[in-house]
Amino acid sequence: MSVQEQHTAGPPARASLINDPKVRGLFYQILLVSALVALGYFIVTNTLANLERQNIASGWDFLSTTAGFGIIQALAPYSETSSYGQALFIGFLNTVLVAVIGIIFATIIGFIVGVARLSNNWVISRLAYCYIELLRNIPLLLQIFFWYFAVLRAVPGKRDKWSFFFNSFHLNITGLRGPKPVFAPSAEFVGFALILGIVLTVIVARWARKRQEATGQQFPMFRTGVGLILGLPILTYFVVGMPISLDFPVFVETGPILRRGFQLGTGFNVIPEFLALTAALSLYTATFIAEIVRAGIQAVSHGQTEAAHALGIRPGPTLRLVVIPQAMRVIIPPLTSQYLNLTKNSSLAVAIAFPDLVSVGGTVLNQTGQAIEIIAIWMVVYLSLSLITSAFMNWYNQRMALVER
Amino acid sequence: MANADMFHIRTEEAPVMPAPVSTTGVIGWMRQNLFSSIPNTILTIIGILIAYSIIEPFIKFAFVDAIWTGTDRKACLPAEAGGYVGACWAYVEAYFPQFIYGRYPVEEIYRVNIVYAMFVVLLVPLAMPSAPFKAINAVLFLFVFPIVAYFLLTGLVFGDTVILPIVETPVWGGLLVTLVIAVTGIVASLPLGILLALGRRSKMPIVKLVSVIFIEFWRGVPLITVLFMSSVMLPLFLPEGVVFDKLLRVLIGVTLFSAAYMAEVVRGGLQAIPKGQYEGAMALGLRFWQMMGLIILPQALKLVIPGIVNTFIGLFKDTTLVLIVGMYDLLGQIQSSFSDPTWSTPTQSHSGYLFAAMVFWCFCFGMSRYSIFMEKKLHTGHKR
Repeated sequence: MSVQEQHTAGPPARASLINDPKVRGLFYQILLVSALVALGYFIVTNTLANLERQNIASGWDFLSTTAGFGIIQALAPYSETSSYGQALFIGFLNTVLVAVIGIIFATIIGFIVGVARLSNNWVISRLAYCYIELLRNIPLLLQIFFWYFAVLRAVPGKRDKWSFFFNSFHLNITGLRGPKPVFAPSAEFVGFALILGIVLTVIVARWARKRQEATGQQFPMFRTGVGLILGLPILTYFVVGMPISLDFPVFVETGPILRRGFQLGTGFNVIPEFLALTAALSLYTATFIAEIVRAGIQAVSHGQTEAAHALGIRPGPTLRLVVIPQAMRVIIPPLTSQYLNLTKNSSLAVAIAFPDLVSVGGTVLNQTGQAIEIIAIWMVVYLSLSLITSAFMNWYNQRMALVER
Repeated sequence: MANADMFHIRTEEAPVMPAPVSTTGVIGWMRQNLFSSIPNTILTIIGILIAYSIIEPFIKFAFVDAIWTGTDRKACLPAEAGGYVGACWAYVEAYFPQFIYGRYPVEEIYRVNIVYAMFVVLLVPLAMPSAPFKAINAVLFLFVFPIVAYFLLTGLVFGDTVILPIVETPVWGGLLVTLVIAVTGIVASLPLGILLALGRRSKMPIVKLVSVIFIEFWRGVPLITVLFMSSVMLPLFLPEGVVFDKLLRVLIGVTLFSAAYMAEVVRGGLQAIPKGQYEGAMALGLRFWQMMGLIILPQALKLVIPGIVNTFIGLFKDTTLVLIVGMYDLLGQIQSSFSDPTWSTPTQSHSGYLFAAMVFWCFCFGMSRYSIFMEKKLHTGHKR
């Protein structure tokens, strides 16, 4: 008792404040915050002074001023009298277009090459290996230049063309031309039929899965789905009297030399900048996707394949039903970052003057001098595109993730 | 008895017959790997056709029909050379010094050569795991070499005495700029990346938050906007009169950008270190920085050497982007040489791009091989 009393009587032996981890932590954090605030203050005061000295306006008023420059590919109505805000929006749409198309092509090529890389056929796997090692070790910008300046400048000139696919697609220096669908008023029924087909397919697929789980009976889902999604719109198309026609590009080969070539406003035109950019982006990103796919498939233990073969499943369904679903869990996270890379790399469009967000923004920046606002728009757009893509892929990843029973 | 005839006991081994010709050697290999089934045979034929349709024109372009010597465009014109003309290597030869040194003054080029030589001499033993004197080598490479290289490349003047004449950075170009940006970017981003990685794993909420925001911000935006930012916005942030060199501004942008990627690589290494290492260090009474500097980081950094090399490959390829903000790296130099009328021929751009592709490919492929080699070397004991 007395011993204990002696101990509690005196003040508790505490370490000095300097050595208390909590106090130290607080001190360092306060230090960091004040350093950041000081840096921010330094930057803001300097910027304000510089802007005033150089007579650069600040604020967002410039967005409603007339742009005065044309854009070679606009997905929404745009003319030279439109505002800077509209121009930037057109650029944003082009960025999204390139990113989406690039992601689709890169995924398809990447999966094919990744599987080819694992092929038992020596020629095929070597070919895939060479493709991967060759393209992923060359800078993307160089590849864009190659496609744009070396390949697409070597095609026939304005008054000439190369034709392929039964003379319906043409390539020359003005880009890729093809037939354009023209919709008559009753074409919307075909659209409704397509939506109906998709909805019906989803319903039937759910019913079929439930029935298979309950009774073990299989349902020819693939054929039914194709029939519903393709058949219904085609049927409607003929029933309502063929409302969709194709507008073929008109090519004039005779007559005055200046009138020769493709006629304005006929057919569908893909500009060469877009072709070069998507070709380079998808071929470059596909090499990384191929390596991811290969690693993913290799991560699935070989026992799974052997077990599937032992059950009598043929190689094709083995890959589709056993290996790929398990490989997807390994593939998706790195695939997400490749999609993000492709989206960010689409900003290299500025090098060949394809009007994406960065390219249009650069023009606006040169005209108005409002660097801070433009760069802020870029950063916000790319950051939100990144966040949206990774949110979507996280959702998909959760669906594919291993569900332990 | 008659029974004895019914037994036959072989006393010597049967002669070993060679395996059937169709299963061994080249033919057997081809049967197994190329023509095992009809679809496989079709695939093989398609593959060979694809390979042939790419390789044949390439060899024709780069070697057979290429022009190797000449003094101006006449040598490479189809009309003068007669018929189809392949790569115009004479043009690359004439421009070679520019592609390597930019417009660096001819009488000062030896300085660049010294820097290249020092770089190789210091880097090769550092990269070889078995070479001795790693610590001295690393100090020389990371601290002494940058200072010496800086003075060698930019010049050294004491008051009025000129030891090395000043060479302004706008005349630098070609491979020199590519290497300066890539190497400086990676070396400078390493310490920053380590700090950020430690910050992201810190228990202090504000430090952690600041690190996470910094890393995710730079990783979320394209490098090209970062370059625009450093070349257009950075001058606005500085007080009046303080002017940064264009190269320096680009270097700042590249360093901040790659520091974020480096931080994620280092974080991976930190996470791979078992908890016992931290606890052991704490049990020994080491302070935070002692624990990190003496126990954790040496192990973690060694683990992530392949990741660092891969980041470097990415950065090396990305240095080509500086041509968009008006600097002349290797690709920019080649691109700008196309405007020279003395060499303008139909295949000039093809030859230039092919040369650039070969240079970049050799660097990047070599580094990726090295990264794979180190990965194998470091992954001991966990092989499956």
